[in-house]
This record gives sequence, structure tokens and C-alpha cells, in this order.
Amino acid sequence: MSDARLVGIVLVSHSAEVASSVAAMAKGLAGGGPAVPVAPAGGTESGGLGTSAELIAAAAASVDRGAGVAVLADLGSAVLTVKALLAEGDELPERTRLVDAPFVEGAVAAVVTAASGADLAAVASAAAEAYTYRKV
Amino acid sequence: MLDADFFRRWMTVTAASVDREAERLTALDSPIGDADHGSNLQRGFTAVTAALEKETPDTPGGVLTLAGRQLISTVGGASGPLYGTLLRRTGKALGDAAEVSADQLAQALRAGVDAVMTLGGATPGDATMIDALVPAVDALGTSFSAARTAAEEGAVATTPMQARKGRASYVGERSIGHQDPGATSSALLVAALAEAAGE
Repeated sequence: MSDARLVGIVLVSHSAEVASSVAAMAKGLAGGGPAVPVAPAGGTESGGLGTSAELIAAAAASVDRGAGVAVLADLGSAVLTVKALLAEGDELPERTRLVDAPFVEGAVAAVVTAASGADLAAVASAAAEAYTYRKV
Repeated sequence: MLDADFFRRWMTVTAASVDREAERLTALDSPIGDADHGSNLQRGFTAVTAALEKETPDTPGGVLTLAGRQLISTVGGASGPLYGTLLRRTGKALGDAAEVSADQLAQALRAGVDAVMTLGGATPGDATMIDALVPAVDALGTSFSAARTAAEEGAVATTPMQARKGRASYVGERSIGHQDPGATSSALLVAALAEAAGE
């Protein structure tokens, strides 16, 4: 597999559409190069607004290539559910990390950085750095 | 001493009480939140009672960790990871003893409440479930019914507070005058504990 050692990215949003659209946008903006494993985990299992621990765990497992998984989350229960799953210990792949980053900008930075073959710490700090870009 | 049956009863009574009060919880959540607190907790505690019937854990710690796990995976809102962490951490603190004393429960519950504060970042006075749970744990050393009263008073005391955490914090000063839904459901949980103890 060409992406055998790339960091995986999981995007957790209250909305399935937001999660999958941001995933598509980040992958699109990353351009050519190796395909970073990116999985959306949006909304509840029944398709409503909210957070699903099952969808998050499945998304994280699907992008795990052994180089770690960076998770970005939007608000409230999305953030809290990821933290609670991390605290459980065995729900998410080893070396899964919740990244403190703005959702859209952080996702783009994370995917672009992961595509370069960077490790989990570098992906996390690139995503977090997106907070420092002020718009006015 | 409190055995696994006592803790199962606590969860069953909580589920019944959440069922009964779901509309009120959602109504409290409407002006300041996203109007789903009652239905979210209803779904969560329904899953808890179903799981407890299926898996029949035989220790107090086992009952609470299973219940917490169910809440984290089924609620879909912030109350899932928050209540899930409360029960799981309390359950883990109880270990695998077949029976625990009321004092041990009080200590374990304090560890659970501390874990909720760490997870959500709330402290007393932020108009959250913490404002019902902290006084309840403090009063648990006296009696279960004292804890129930303390939790109920703690929930009522959130009314004049400005919410500083979660969705309600976005409405700023307009959250003042509304009793916090999470503090209200926390008072139900503590009341169910007293009911399970026959107080």
C-alpha cells in the first residue's frame, strides 16, 4: 500500500454533511501525492445531529495505518466523546490523539502535512498552528 | 453494605425517572440548549437497563462501568460522555468488590465527579451538572436523603447563574434565569440513589 505509513485523520462533527464535506475539501486541497487516509465521523448513527462513539471508533480503525491517528472535532459532545473514548483506553487505535485545532482549517493543515509523510506529532502541531492564522 | 443488586436498582430507578421527566428536561433545554436533553438521556438509560439485563454484572463496579459505557456509546449528546464518565470512573474506583459501604460509594462518586470536571472543564458556579453533584457528594457522608436534598437545591441554585460551559454558554447572560437541564438530571440521578436505598 502506498499510504502504508501515513498518519490517519478522523473528522468528528455534529453533522454528517459537515464531516464528509470537510474531509473531501481537505483531501482536494492536499492535491496530488499519496492519498492520506481520512474518514468522517459525523452525526448520530440514525443520521441526526450529534455524536456517535461507534462511528468515531469505526472511522479511527479505518484510517489506522500504524503511524497514529489524528482526530479533529467540532463542538461540545464531539470533543467530549473523543476524550471519553481516549480515557477508556481500548476503544481507539493505539496512538490516537485528539488534536486541538479549528475544524476546517485544522483539517486542511493536518491532511496536507500527513501527505508529506510527517509523523503524528508534526500533523498535530500543524493542525494546532491553524489557530494562529488571524483573519482580520 | 451495597451489592450489585442495589446498583442495578439505582440504574433502573434512574431510567424510570428519566422517562417520567424527559419532557421537563427537554423543555428546560429548549431556551438555552438544543432541546434534546430529555430524549438523549432517555435513549441512554434505556440502553443501560437493556445491557444490565443482558450482561448481569455481579459487582457494584461492574454495574456502573457497564452503565457508563452504554451512556458514552448511545446518548449522542454531551450528556453521554459526561454521565458515562461519571458512572465509569465511579465504577472503576469501586473495583471488583462484591459489596461496598456507603462511605466507599461516596469516595468513588467523588472520583467520578472529579473526572467529569476534568473532562468538561466545569467548576462549581458554571451552571452545570457539577452544581448538583458536588453538594450531593458532600452530603452523602450524612445520608442518601441528605444527598438528594443537596442535589435538588444545587440544581435550583443554577437558575440565577450564567452558563459558562457548553451550548448554553453561547446565549451568555440570557442563560440567567434558567435552571440548568444537566443539573436537573443530576438531581434525578441522586434522587434515584436515595430511592434505591429506600430513603
